[in-house]
Amino acid sequence: MKLYDGGKILIGLLVFAAIATFPFYYNIGKVNAKPEPKLDTPAILQLPEQERKCVESKTFMRTEHMQLINNWRDSVVRDGYRQYVSITTGKHYNMSLQNECMRCHSNKKKFCDECHNYMAVKPYCWDCHIAPKEDDKS
Amino acid sequence: MSMDRRKFLKLAGISSLLGLGATAASASHNVWVKGLEPPQVEPNKEALKAEHWAMVVDMSKFKTEEDFQKTISACHTTHNVPDFRNADGTVDIKDEIKWIWKAKYEHAFPDQENPYMDEKIKEMPFIVLCNHCENPACVRVCPTQATFKRKSDGIVMMDMHRCIGCRFCMAACPYGARSFNYRDPRPFIKSENKEYPTRTKGVVEKCTFCTERLAFGKLPACVEAAPKGGLIFGDLADKNSEVRKIVETSYTIRRKPELGTGPSVYYLIGGNEHA
Repeated sequence: MKLYDGGKILIGLLVFAAIATFPFYYNIGKVNAKPEPKLDTPAILQLPEQERKCVESKTFMRTEHMQLINNWRDSVVRDGYRQYVSITTGKHYNMSLQNECMRCHSNKKKFCDECHNYMAVKPYCWDCHIAPKEDDKS
Repeated sequence: MSMDRRKFLKLAGISSLLGLGATAASASHNVWVKGLEPPQVEPNKEALKAEHWAMVVDMSKFKTEEDFQKTISACHTTHNVPDFRNADGTVDIKDEIKWIWKAKYEHAFPDQENPYMDEKIKEMPFIVLCNHCENPACVRVCPTQATFKRKSDGIVMMDMHRCIGCRFCMAACPYGARSFNYRDPRPFIKSENKEYPTRTKGVVEKCTFCTERLAFGKLPACVEAAPKGGLIFGDLADKNSEVRKIVETSYTIRRKPELGTGPSVYYLIGGNEHA
């Protein structure tokens, strides 16, 4: 069997393969970099080691924070209940994204955006809520 | 294998029972899906409570332009209300956002029209705001229940998260108390109050009787900033409250009461002396 213009076809195939797989080479190592939300804000560092706890446990907050915040919002806006009693600690919290969550997590870019960008989710919290001021050094 | 009707129904019944049981069990396990209910949430201890919040506006206490401006800007700075005024002071009426503002007598009380009335009252600006109606038209038309009447104290609230910007409420409100964000308000907010959110393009906003301040035991911002006794805020359902006493003892009028909305803002025009 004879392959007419074999050289051109093979080169063409190679070029095609190179272009088609380019995104994979290009992103090797980059995309897989795990997001690492930072917890080193001044407000958190000020707390003694044992009290550096979020409203609920870390694992819970990781997977359920959106649901929790949604429920906080409904509770405050619609029912007028503003105090949250933590299941894990029994402590009371003021249910407010802007005034309570961000009091500790004042680093929106390194805390919220770090994972949200990685997961390509775009919550619209900050269309209305005012994020704490941050330096643009990152 | 064939199945007769009776067998099929039995099987369907049993499996639906099991299915229902399973969903009920998972719902009770997961508090987050259901939403938050007491005792996991509580109202603030210092919150001011009432059955029916109402306001009396004593127009005799508003004497100078400054009295009006102080009252209005207190509200508008607290709630991050944008200022769309151009450099020359004009404003495109469509864009304007207002929670509390000045209106002429003929616009505030069009049903009270009288060609020979006191010139002073006729020209006097009146403080107007959302009337927090007993039977609010805006709530009735809202397709998403973004605006709703709080059962606990009668405040007509806005849930900005739910507003889809259809503006039915603006058409329904007979007082023009609602403003639509035709533009992104953020660049037009002179000084941001970091403790209160702004709004976004495409939602309707209005006065909320400062629910966020009442929850922390504070009176509404306008009441605090108004000249002493100019705005009186209290529980109309409470016989001993100041607002109730004024409404019972003096002649007060409300805006367009004939529409049956039951406004909760009362106007004292003659201006009797009281506390």
